[in-house]
Amino acid sequence: MSATTATDGGGRTKRARQPMTVFGAIGLTLLAVNILLAVFGSFVAPNAPGSLIGGGAFAPAHDAALLGNDYLGRDLLSRLLHGAKYSLGVATAATLLGFLIGMTVGFSAAEIRGRYDTTVTWVIDILLSFPPILLALLVIAGLGSSLPVLIGTIAFIQCSRVARVSRSVAMGIAALEFVEVARARGESLFSILAREIFPSSMRPLAVEFGLRLSYAVLFMSSLSFLGLGIQPPNADWGSMVRENLPGIYYGAPAAIVPAVLIGLLVVGINLTVDWLSGGSDRHTSEELR
Amino acid sequence: MFRLIAQRLLLGIVTLWVISLLVFSATQILPGDVAIAILGNESTEEARQALRDRLGLEKPMMERYGNWLAGMVQGDLGLSLATETPVSRIVGLRITNSLILAVVTAVLAVPISVGLGLLSAAYPGSIFDKTLTVGSLLVISLPEFVVGLLLVLLLAVQLRWLPAVVSTPNFSTVDGIIRTLTLPALTLLASVQAHMIRMTRAAVLDVMRRPYIEMALLKGASKRRIILRHALPNALAPIVNVVALNLGYLVSGVVIVEVVFSYPGLGRLMVDAVATRDIPVVQVTGMIFCTAYILLTLAADVAAVFTNPRLRYAK
Repeated sequence: MSATTATDGGGRTKRARQPMTVFGAIGLTLLAVNILLAVFGSFVAPNAPGSLIGGGAFAPAHDAALLGNDYLGRDLLSRLLHGAKYSLGVATAATLLGFLIGMTVGFSAAEIRGRYDTTVTWVIDILLSFPPILLALLVIAGLGSSLPVLIGTIAFIQCSRVARVSRSVAMGIAALEFVEVARARGESLFSILAREIFPSSMRPLAVEFGLRLSYAVLFMSSLSFLGLGIQPPNADWGSMVRENLPGIYYGAPAAIVPAVLIGLLVVGINLTVDWLSGGSDRHTSEELR
Repeated sequence: MFRLIAQRLLLGIVTLWVISLLVFSATQILPGDVAIAILGNESTEEARQALRDRLGLEKPMMERYGNWLAGMVQGDLGLSLATETPVSRIVGLRITNSLILAVVTAVLAVPISVGLGLLSAAYPGSIFDKTLTVGSLLVISLPEFVVGLLLVLLLAVQLRWLPAVVSTPNFSTVDGIIRTLTLPALTLLASVQAHMIRMTRAAVLDVMRRPYIEMALLKGASKRRIILRHALPNALAPIVNVVALNLGYLVSGVVIVEVVFSYPGLGRLMVDAVATRDIPVVQVTGMIFCTAYILLTLAADVAAVFTNPRLRYAK
């Protein structure tokens, strides 16, 4: 156990508090509101997402539907509240899974090196040369669209990018003395990866996590917009933009509101990440979209 | 230099082969009975058997892959499951539309982005520079379909300048071309500009710090001359690379933008085929998009070699 305490003392750098900025505060607020919506949205929604509430298609705001009706005459607000959990939920699950796989692969490549590292790098390069949206389209053509398929596909797309970043982060850490000491002590590979390398890589990877998360939200809603994401009768914000698209000619806000919400969510995540990283670290991963 | 390029070409070919494997297997990994998955539970046994024969599902996987690849290389793309017409004919009509859209976007996007990048490098820290940075970042953090929707709302619904849907492109008159391409091209432009603007700005500013620029300044050369004649040539390598990479990104951007505007291109064809599980069409369109993407990233690397003398003389 003494090994763990030693690592915690030496491996982690003291975390300087980030001074709050205007953009940071806006980002955090947007993100917090979105998390609240995702968690409690389904419970506070006044109507069931599938129930017709009268007034007809694209009816303007009335007492039963504060934001008006959607293309079938359902309450837009309730559907938005019910749909909030999908965008953020799928994106979070997929990003977590992608990080679990990507970090394991990247860290182990940096620690083991040699032929294993060469092979891993080669596979990552090939996966990175595959346009993500096409990969997702192919998998969905093969497996059909369901929550596990969506999460798995986005996680798969994420993990090659995460593996590359965590490999380069871990390369530097694996060369430091305390990892050398752990190796000399005869610690297992898993213990070195989980207890020595992982804690020290938290800071740069936290920024990467935020960027990947916002990418996953974008990606998930784009798939839904194409009609290949969340399937009816359920709907996330992306699918709501799709189904209510004809409404914009009648001046109905049914397609605009979910589109703006997606934009606010992504901007919120990006601003938070920018604030966390002090506006510096984001350039490396932008090239990997 | 040629060795480096040959190596890169070889890697490109290997990648293409791996991609053909991926495209083929991704569309063949349906669990259970493929025929039931495509036709649904209510289908008759006869229909299912006919589909199995059509897709050659009774043959072993390797043989099917071999046949499929051989057909691809020879231009025999099979029949669409949905419309029973040869895939080559459907694709032929759509590919021109997509190419026109992509080329027009590229021709507009590259000079505009590089120009804006140069301008903001000429006046770093100015209001123009800051607005451009914040604006381009804001636009890129929105999904393409949201940007497209906002443009429709502004240009088609509010101002009524353009049609919101371009399902029947008209390339015969100048007016028709403008009405057809403006909205999709603008949306695509929005999704590729930020990276190019920022890279141009960063690369030029990086060069501007060098002593020889100060020398040029002291000689009394104009700002315009310093940036265009002294700084830009030395900043070209990263810019060319980013430009080629973003043209590669156009390939995936096209898929979404075509759906937003119901533009009859290859991207919409692929999305429709995925939704109806028209496997032969998905495979062909997937291969075309991936090939285009690989060629463009390859071009990015080759361009990087040509514009960077240090790589040119690598051992």
